Amino acid sequence: MSRLAINGAVHEVDIDPNTPLLWVIREWVGLTGTKYGCGIAQCGACTVHVDGAAVRSCAFPARAAEGKQITTIEGLATNGVLNAVQQAWIEHDVPQCGYCQSGMIMAVAALLKVKRKPTDADIDGAITNICRCGTYQQVRAAIHTAAAKA
Amino acid sequence: MNNVPQMTRRSFLVAAAAAGGGLALGLKLPFGGPDVVRAADDLPEVNAWVVIRPDDSVVIRIARTEMGQGTMTGLAQLVAEELDCDWSKVSTEYPTPGQNLARNRVWGNFGTAGSRGIRESNEYVRKGGATARLMLIQAAANEWKVAASECSASNSVITHKPSGRTTTFGKVAEAAARIEPPKDVALKDPKDWKIAGKPVKRLDTAPKVNGSQVYGIDVKLPGLLCAAISGCPVFGGTMKSFDAAHIMSMKGVRKVVPAGDSAVAVVADHWWEAKVALDALPITWEEGSNATVTSASIAEFLKTGLDAEQAFVGNENGDAKQAIARAAKKVEAIYNFPYQHHATMEPMNATALYTADRCEVWAPTQNGEAALAVTSEASGLPLAQCDVHKMPPGGGFGRRTTHDYVQQVVAIAKQMPGTPVKLIWSREEDMTHGRYHPITQAKMVGAFDSNKNLTALHMRISGQSILAYVAPQNLQNGKDPVVFQGLNAGGAESAFGYTIPNLLIEHAMRNPHIPPHFWRGVNNNQNAIYLECFMDELAHAAGQDPLEFRRKLMLNHSKHLAVLNAVAERVGWSKPAPRGVYRGLAQHMGYGSYVAACAEVSVSNKGALKIHRIVAATDPGYAVNPAQIERQVAGSFAFGLSALLYGECTVKDGRIEQKNFDTYKVMRMDAMPKVETIVMPSGGFWGGVGEPTIFVAAPAVLNAIYAATGKRIRSIPLKNQDLKKV
Repeated sequence: MSRLAINGAVHEVDIDPNTPLLWVIREWVGLTGTKYGCGIAQCGACTVHVDGAAVRSCAFPARAAEGKQITTIEGLATNGVLNAVQQAWIEHDVPQCGYCQSGMIMAVAALLKVKRKPTDADIDGAITNICRCGTYQQVRAAIHTAAAKA
Repeated sequence: MNNVPQMTRRSFLVAAAAAGGGLALGLKLPFGGPDVVRAADDLPEVNAWVVIRPDDSVVIRIARTEMGQGTMTGLAQLVAEELDCDWSKVSTEYPTPGQNLARNRVWGNFGTAGSRGIRESNEYVRKGGATARLMLIQAAANEWKVAASECSASNSVITHKPSGRTTTFGKVAEAAARIEPPKDVALKDPKDWKIAGKPVKRLDTAPKVNGSQVYGIDVKLPGLLCAAISGCPVFGGTMKSFDAAHIMSMKGVRKVVPAGDSAVAVVADHWWEAKVALDALPITWEEGSNATVTSASIAEFLKTGLDAEQAFVGNENGDAKQAIARAAKKVEAIYNFPYQHHATMEPMNATALYTADRCEVWAPTQNGEAALAVTSEASGLPLAQCDVHKMPPGGGFGRRTTHDYVQQVVAIAKQMPGTPVKLIWSREEDMTHGRYHPITQAKMVGAFDSNKNLTALHMRISGQSILAYVAPQNLQNGKDPVVFQGLNAGGAESAFGYTIPNLLIEHAMRNPHIPPHFWRGVNNNQNAIYLECFMDELAHAAGQDPLEFRRKLMLNHSKHLAVLNAVAERVGWSKPAPRGVYRGLAQHMGYGSYVAACAEVSVSNKGALKIHRIVAATDPGYAVNPAQIERQVAGSFAFGLSALLYGECTVKDGRIEQKNFDTYKVMRMDAMPKVETIVMPSGGFWGGVGEPTIFVAAPAVLNAIYAATGKRIRSIPLKNQDLKKV
């Protein structure tokens, strides 16, 4: 049994401890907002926070997250109030198909914790998530909006 | 909660039973009548497109698939516009393909490809909205015992003008559903639109920012098991044997089953367990004769078509060969375009529940009716005993118009009756078992007279036909007309934009074994590169400005020319670009829309390319939602430039070599240029939006690279090219 603290709740799961955190979150805990895209930490669709830092959970063994606070897209809002990044995403109508956006939002939320007012170059360096619909222009605008309000 | 709720089966049965006497409006539309048709929540539907609740909330039915392109919001805008309802009270739902079938295809075509979602259904959905409005007004007039002509509707409120009495849609919806629908309805002039034509926000954003949107990969059902699959790595090969005993004791594993004759699946409690077991499963393949094919052998095969005697003619006037033979000056170039993978962010997946008398599928699909047909065929059950629940696709780009993954999941579920099974392809399975952008080469020859006038153009395309693979019955005496997208002599779909005295455009079909398919932009992608880069070559060969050179040939093509002029004006073509920045132009027409782009790039001394800005113009006839059009234009550049910069699937030993995003790279934030969009609808026709601007992405950038470096790149992707200045 592994014990994982996800969005403030502790889950005991019967897994091989090498199981990637992504699949534990999706299939054992049942939170499906975190997405599978590549399985090799390339695309970022699976991004969650582990102790506040962005982690690509498809290549992050669950055992490495034991004893730490895991936050998924479902846990990003506080008492029902959307995070500034989520609000900016709505303001800018960012998502198209939306599949990559959970990971995109989690990556940006983590960036804004360490870089309150990121420049375009900061964004290019830190936000390497893949979006095939090509929402990058709206993502960039929404990041600046979220940063301005934070 | 899913933003696009499905109608329930119970309500559907009620609706189907009541759908007897329809009225033909291009389709057989049952518009209510004496037997009231009821919707998902047991409320009366005013007609097939519109359901109104007592609280005035409006549910608009959407038949086409929303996969990010904004069609769902746009179609809802068109219905709401004619309905004259309160836009803030609108939500949407998908009918299922089975419901459509049972109601004589009341919702028309579900297919969502070729940028057709709005342009090919706008008329009947607007009529659906307008008819519902007239029925609601009639119901209010009946209640007040006044003439309907004295009443009008606005913002979900009906007003009797002489008396000033008002009521709301919600209060009269039940009565409206019983009214005989009007025989004909007039549609509004688009210049009077108040909801359509406006940059309203998408209806489906909220669940996409908090993780609550349920995609196909997220489907949960009681007792659900998950399957991982491995198909023969060589297309055309088969599965010979597998050793299930080797993995049956692994954690979570329930069953190992063949899925068709070329794949094997492991079914487990969780997908990850299935995947781990599948990786350990000994499988023997019968790879077949394709196992020796390589990218080099394919290139050689295509090369034979460049000068072959036999070819299909797509567009011809004058005598190009003779004019070239007599030319004062001749320019010749050979271009090529590689295989590309769709790489939807959500890998292929589907869920199926099979029992002896019914098969239900939950799947991301661009064509629910095609998915239903595959479900019926694979299950062996009649269509009426099957249904498909359309899940919002995490990207489509053409890939989900074909349903190999549905066929597989039904084949698996059929071996486990009563147990729902979710099949998910790993990214590696997805990349190596795709349906790829077809591979082609082109030989371009241009001829000038002694006054540097272009007298002839000969374009010989050699390569793969999509139709020959997906719908050979649609070939015309062997010819694939789709190959000539954007090169046709005329027509509303994809007309050539130049007048050249002697013209010959032909195709020598060469079909390698790699399965081709529709891929955002389809054949326009390479055709626009071949034509627009060669136009740039011709302009330079004639010592003329590329814009002026084109303009002279476009005098009879005013819509093509208008978008080109618009980008030239916005970018300031007549003035120098910023220092170190170089420009390139391209124009093209396809899916009913006219598009053009100007790219601004710089190339460093070391050959590093930076695409600074793209100014793009599109004339789609009508602009239903300008804000969403801008997003589609920007997105189409991300997709098209991904292909230009990195996209290439190579073949070795008969299989695709690239397996994941580490070797099949796509554009990320850092490479995305600033995209400025000019939406310039000229009216009188309906063009598409999701694809057209992708056509001009690559050629505009390639022409700008030539301006910057003097290097003419005729082979993509650019990752294989040295861009250092000559």
